[in-house]
Amino acid sequence: MAQVAQQAQHTLSGEEIIRCTGVNKWYGEFHVLKNIDLSVQKGERIVVCGPSGSGKSTMIRCLNRLEEHQKGTIVVDGIELTNNLKNIELVRREVGMVFQHFNLFPHLTVLENCTLAPIWVRKKPKAEAEDIAMRYLKRVRIAEQANKYPGQLSGGQQQRVAIARSLCMSPKVMLFDEPTSALDPEMVKEVLDVMIGLAEDGMTMLCVTHEMGFAKSVADRVIFMDRGEIVEQDTPDRFFTNPKSERTKLFLSQILNH
Amino acid sequence: MATTDNAQPVGLPDERPPANTVGPVAWLRNNLFNTWYNAILTVLVLALLGSAIPPFLDWLLIKAHGLDATSQECRQGGGACWGFVNEKLRFIMFGTFPYDEQWRPFATIAIFIALLLASCDRRFWKPWFGLVWAAGLAAVAILMWGGVLGLTYVENTLWGGLPLTIILSVIGLAVAFPAAILLALGRRSNMPAVKVLCVTYIELIRGVPLISLLFMASVMFPLFLPNGVSVDKLLRAQVAFIMFAAAYMAEAIRGGLQAIPKGQYEAADGLGLGYWQKMRKIILPQALAVAIPPLVNTFISFFKDTSLVIIIGLYDLLGTAKAALSDPAWRGFYREAYLFIGVIYWIFCYSMSKYSQKLERDLNRSHRR
Ligand SMILES: Nc1ncnc2c1ncn2[C@@H]1O[C@H](COP(=O)(O)OP(=O)(O)O)[C@@H](O)[C@H]1O
Ligand SMILES: [Mg+2]
Repeated sequence: MAQVAQQAQHTLSGEEIIRCTGVNKWYGEFHVLKNIDLSVQKGERIVVCGPSGSGKSTMIRCLNRLEEHQKGTIVVDGIELTNNLKNIELVRREVGMVFQHFNLFPHLTVLENCTLAPIWVRKKPKAEAEDIAMRYLKRVRIAEQANKYPGQLSGGQQQRVAIARSLCMSPKVMLFDEPTSALDPEMVKEVLDVMIGLAEDGMTMLCVTHEMGFAKSVADRVIFMDRGEIVEQDTPDRFFTNPKSERTKLFLSQILNH
Repeated sequence: MATTDNAQPVGLPDERPPANTVGPVAWLRNNLFNTWYNAILTVLVLALLGSAIPPFLDWLLIKAHGLDATSQECRQGGGACWGFVNEKLRFIMFGTFPYDEQWRPFATIAIFIALLLASCDRRFWKPWFGLVWAAGLAAVAILMWGGVLGLTYVENTLWGGLPLTIILSVIGLAVAFPAAILLALGRRSNMPAVKVLCVTYIELIRGVPLISLLFMASVMFPLFLPNGVSVDKLLRAQVAFIMFAAAYMAEAIRGGLQAIPKGQYEAADGLGLGYWQKMRKIILPQALAVAIPPLVNTFISFFKDTSLVIIIGLYDLLGTAKAALSDPAWRGFYREAYLFIGVIYWIFCYSMSKYSQKLERDLNRSHRR
């Protein structure tokens, strides 16, 4: 109940940071995304869920153009995503992404992983980039491992580094694609704790996850996707207690029984 | 925090391994005589070595004629004639470079070896070290050609021996390497024109023997040049080598690139790195580390392939050794000549191989557990 109270306190700015209108995408003949309409406000925390293969990853990967959409428009931070490479790079600077398999750079130390993009993309002096990196590494509680290589860390630690690496670019939005599903069960919590902390600090987040506890406690909105469509979206209270569509009910019954 | 804890709680005491599994006798038993056919093989190999090594050592050292032996003395006894190598040493090493000026190719060799040794140290893998190389190469050019600083001018048709081998291979590899990186990246590019160009080049060059490429460079190339313009023979051979090595190295590097998971590209893209930043900072360091074994393979075979320039009339180390044998006074001492240059080639190739193994270990140690 404390969480509900906290949620009520959270007010959104009303400023829009992402807008997708009629987004469609095909892999060859296969229609992965069907008429996606989505608007995300600054500070909003969104959880995306849905059965495997429903297009969740594809959708959030379109938001920083790791995937290209073929129809419709996507505007992020005022910039429309088209083939314009400069614009794509500008958007990617402002959008952090955390992957299921961490994707840390194995040939660089934890600290170097975190300072690379600030130095080369944001053109920050090395010392400043290192200061910032250490700050975020402290925040994800892994500062003491700064000089190790990713291969020397556990999965949970690596994922926290990956989050810190994104944060070092001071992104306006963070995208998470199943950040805990490659982790051993005992490491899920340490990563979720970091994400909850981020949410509490007001970060705009889109998170594909099946951690329904996380959705209930921090999400402003839960989006349910199935077969390339957004089937339903609502506040977590209503989504979990009173789902409207049959497909949502089926999905929830499957996932909550596990 | 999830850390694995190796400290064992109260448990079984440590035990020593059974006595018959350690020590030299156990090693022999386990490795050389563990099965009856392995035992037979061991005995056969020992017998073979026993019959081959003593006569060889006999020839090489015991019956051999010393460094000051004349060819007459050598022809009487049966052993190796090291007087030949001593007599022809400077010719084999430096070819027809004017005798009194041969300190210059000697200094050239020293400069190259110093540069190569320094390049082995990863602390020097910095942009400024490129300037050191440039300075070294400039010094080499001045030493070899001369014509300035009071050095007499020496035409490059007079160059030969080890400096020629080193120049052809080191400069060849140094230029071919970046070209190979570009070719490999081009082959994986999603720009069709670039891709087709790179694939065509690589497949074309790999499809012809190096010898024919060298012939083409020396015979056909001049046909395409306007009358009166001539490009020097050494330069043509060098260009042919670079073209050849680049194609092979590109394929080695492409293998490395293919080993890099898609997630690395995506993570780099996701952070907003541009194409060249991504390649330089993320993809290539990993891909090249993976490609070390096939790359060194190319380096080694390329170093030895420089000896093919003999067919277009350049005298590298192998060429000068052959030429030394054509001296009527010393005709017939093939074994000594080829053994001598064989050892020189081997020292270079084995060092490359050893260094690459060390580099591989170092890179792996830091990157992965
Ligand atoms: N590169 C691709 N080529 C072809 N089909 C793909 C590709 N990536 C994903 N798909 C297909 O698109 C669908 C949606 O994938 P994805 O977005 O990863 O689903 P989710 O993340 O919801 O599990 C799946 O059916 C998958 O097989
Ligand atoms: Mg997915």
